Amino acid sequence: MGHAYTPGLKVTEKILVRKKRILPLKGEVLVRVGDRVGSETVVARTHLPGAVEPINVANILGLPPEDVIHQMLKKEGDRVKEGEVIAKSKSFFGLFTSECKCKSEGTIENISSITGQVLIRGNPQPVEIKAYLNGEVVEVFPEEGVAVSTWGSFIQGIFGIGGETHGKIKMVSQNNTSVLTEKEIDKDCKGCVIVGGSLVTADAIKKAIAVGAKGVVGGGFGDRELRDFLGYDLGVAITGSEDLGITLVITEGFGQINMAERTFELLKSKEGQEACINGATQIRAGVIRPELVIPFDGDVHKKEEKEEFENIGLEIGKPIRVIREPYFGKLGKVVGLPAPLQKLESESSARVLEVEFVDQTRAIIPRANVELIED
Amino acid sequence: MKEIKPDEINVILATDCGSTTTKAILIERKGDEYRLIVRGEAPTTVETPFEDVTMGVLNAVGEVEELTGRKLLDEKGRIISPAKGNEGTDLYISTSSAGGGLQMMVAGVVRSMTAESAERAALGAGAIVMDVIASNDKRLPHQQIERIRHLRPDMILLSGGIDGGTTTHVVELAELISAADPKPRLGTGYRLPVIYAGNKDARDFVSNTLNEKVDLDIVDNIRPVLERENLMPAREKIHDLFMEHVMAQAPGYKKLMTWTDAPIMPTPGAVGLIIKTIADMEKIEAVGVDIGGATTDIFSVFQGTFNRTVSANLGMSYSVSNVFAEAGLENVMRWVPFHMDERNLRNRVKNKMIRPTTIPQTMEELIFEQAIAKEALRLAFIQHKSFATVLKGIQQQRTIADAFDQTAGGLTLVNMMSLEMLVGSGGVLSHAPRRQQAAMMLIDGFLPEGITRLAVDSIFMMPQLGVLSTLHAKAATQVFEKDCLIHLGTCIAPVGELKEPRDILKYQFEMPNGEKIEGTIKFGEMKRIPLGLDEKTGLPLICNAILDPLKGFDLGDGKGNKVERDISGGVTGIVIDARGRPFHLPEDNKARVEKLKEWMIALDIYPKESLERL
Repeated sequence: MGHAYTPGLKVTEKILVRKKRILPLKGEVLVRVGDRVGSETVVARTHLPGAVEPINVANILGLPPEDVIHQMLKKEGDRVKEGEVIAKSKSFFGLFTSECKCKSEGTIENISSITGQVLIRGNPQPVEIKAYLNGEVVEVFPEEGVAVSTWGSFIQGIFGIGGETHGKIKMVSQNNTSVLTEKEIDKDCKGCVIVGGSLVTADAIKKAIAVGAKGVVGGGFGDRELRDFLGYDLGVAITGSEDLGITLVITEGFGQINMAERTFELLKSKEGQEACINGATQIRAGVIRPELVIPFDGDVHKKEEKEEFENIGLEIGKPIRVIREPYFGKLGKVVGLPAPLQKLESESSARVLEVEFVDQTRAIIPRANVELIED
Repeated sequence: MKEIKPDEINVILATDCGSTTTKAILIERKGDEYRLIVRGEAPTTVETPFEDVTMGVLNAVGEVEELTGRKLLDEKGRIISPAKGNEGTDLYISTSSAGGGLQMMVAGVVRSMTAESAERAALGAGAIVMDVIASNDKRLPHQQIERIRHLRPDMILLSGGIDGGTTTHVVELAELISAADPKPRLGTGYRLPVIYAGNKDARDFVSNTLNEKVDLDIVDNIRPVLERENLMPAREKIHDLFMEHVMAQAPGYKKLMTWTDAPIMPTPGAVGLIIKTIADMEKIEAVGVDIGGATTDIFSVFQGTFNRTVSANLGMSYSVSNVFAEAGLENVMRWVPFHMDERNLRNRVKNKMIRPTTIPQTMEELIFEQAIAKEALRLAFIQHKSFATVLKGIQQQRTIADAFDQTAGGLTLVNMMSLEMLVGSGGVLSHAPRRQQAAMMLIDGFLPEGITRLAVDSIFMMPQLGVLSTLHAKAATQVFEKDCLIHLGTCIAPVGELKEPRDILKYQFEMPNGEKIEGTIKFGEMKRIPLGLDEKTGLPLICNAILDPLKGFDLGDGKGNKVERDISGGVTGIVIDARGRPFHLPEDNKARVEKLKEWMIALDIYPKESLERL
């Protein structure tokens, strides 16, 4: 196969970002094409059908299922209140009365003469979709949602926790190699997306939650800390729905790894600006990576000069990062691309490349174990 | 679909569209024999920016063209058929697991009876079962409704009740499904397919309840009487609906469906078919395993009954972290003959999970990865054993002896002693740098008992051969035996335990060249005796073995009884595993490391110098 390397994550100063904001069920779109929206603007709304509560009326009243319909005080489509009697039966020459009360408020959806069950549909639950990005509505999908577009800086992370949020960028680490500890975090971080350097410690995360920060971005995070933070061992990388009071995005990987200098510098240049951040990660077919968007003004109808997803391959001179032991996290540039398969220390045969690290040392590495650092 | 005359088939092209790679193989008839000619592959093109599966198929077929010089595609990019000279193919078939495969939900009245039969039918058809809803699954009805609503399956299989039995419970389930009003996973332009395969007396009621909301199909009851399952009608319907609804929604499949000479089958369903075909033809009991990045599938045929399980979150890349979480650090590390720091290890595992395509570069990484594979296999097999059981809920005559050996549910069908063939596939097994490593992973993961042949699928072509077996059994089995399988050899593992390392087996092998190899082996040891492949045919060499176990040890003919039989070789040869069954590793850390290294050196699993260094 042509490309045996992992394409790098996108880190770019200026890109046209477009996000689809779609309802889970059909509903009402509240904005129009051309409208300016903010992160908190509700763009579409719907009502999810309420939860269903089945009541076995036949059992409660001690009746054969086919008789239930005759003892019902309510019919299909009727509204009912919690505690309201919906069916009543008399037995022993009318001396004893049995009642069946409704456990929750809702509407009678179905009365079954086969099972003797009555289904009560609860009140509909409203669902709202927000714009997430500060930008412009560029497309409306009738009854379904919209697409919001903005120019912005865009940083993809490798792994994240927590859903969509937004806040001002605040640099709390001096450089991309510093560890982010709780000492760097204070009450000024409230409502902010705070940026660390190499490793985010567990105590830093706790402090960030305590002071009310919205998000934390860092180079690496320890797996043991992740387990303690989540309360369970994460088995499969499908995240985004955690409700921990903060969104975490790591840009490089697990362990102490310096944030790529370019990423750090880009974030630094945007300090004080509003960032939209999402930790949702899905590493399966249809991969989703966590992201950080820093929107800025610009004509969203103007075409981008550069193709968004240029399919560049490994070439001599390209900057790369090693993504597996024994050189995990090291940066360098490609200096050789030998064509034949080579035998590794593990005795596997693989396509390899020669890399020259920043400290001028060289090594042979499987192409599968590097990722390109995109320009 | 065109009519197929097996005698007129000389060239066969088959593809498998996986979630990341599309693989194409070309088979040709040479004289009276069908053989694999070449294999090509290309990235699958179901997702953006391509969104057309046929592009990946054409690229993979293009690679086959380049490698063979046979022209398979015409100027318009269509597959040329039939074959003439050095052009075209007589048969084109395909399997698919792209776009997440077939995801189903099943429902039945009693969890261990009709619901389990429904689960078996769905798994056998190649589906991933997202959840099993049963009247007695201890969830409240509103919780079940929420669950059905939350999951967006491709299809639902509803069963329940024996024919003529009570209809209430199964109709209740239909009412739950109706109340949940589930939506299909792919697309909004069609209604969710639901198959009803329960009590025939409830058909009208189920139909009245569901017809308005879903696309309902009715087939014969999967459990017409308690004592018998009838899974085929439901499985066939699942395959039909997979083609009509699910595949038709995936980008490019409508086009691909017009190209193939047989329906496109879900990949795992096709793998199951080939395992079943081989077990039936050779009249053997067999287990097949496919350990992938995200899931591990196990297929077995015991007492003529086919079973398949999918361990959805046991795999070597996407799910590697879950193997670690489920097995526990200690269980993974017990296979590793050196110390590794826990914090560092945990981070390594997670880094593999978030960057799933990386490969082990050092020996240390390889040994660690193979240790994880052993645990993934072990856990997946535990799940399989508990699922592949005799039918539950049937009255069984018991004697007084059984009173001491009663199990709550059905007894597992899996019998390691009668298992004759264990076939592995998936990257970690098929691409292990030394074949002995694959053999060792299978032995440690499955702990076979008695005498068991071991093999790996060389380039994962079992799916294509599975579909082919439905059209051309001869071609499928010939290619399976000669080109698909890499025969590793035979594992000889006496069952029994001892406290001290005494001789437990006397062996004598009469090699094909007449040479006699004799010896004994002590409890706790492993040995490898070379017995390779026939140079001409590529098939395993056979030797005659006389195996005389110590009293208390069993090789299949009873404790202490001598066994004389033919043993087949392979690239690893004969492995004698005298570590005993049940198998225990030494508890003392130093003793454990010494033993691991001793076995690894005896079987030449890893280079001796690496083991000494680490």
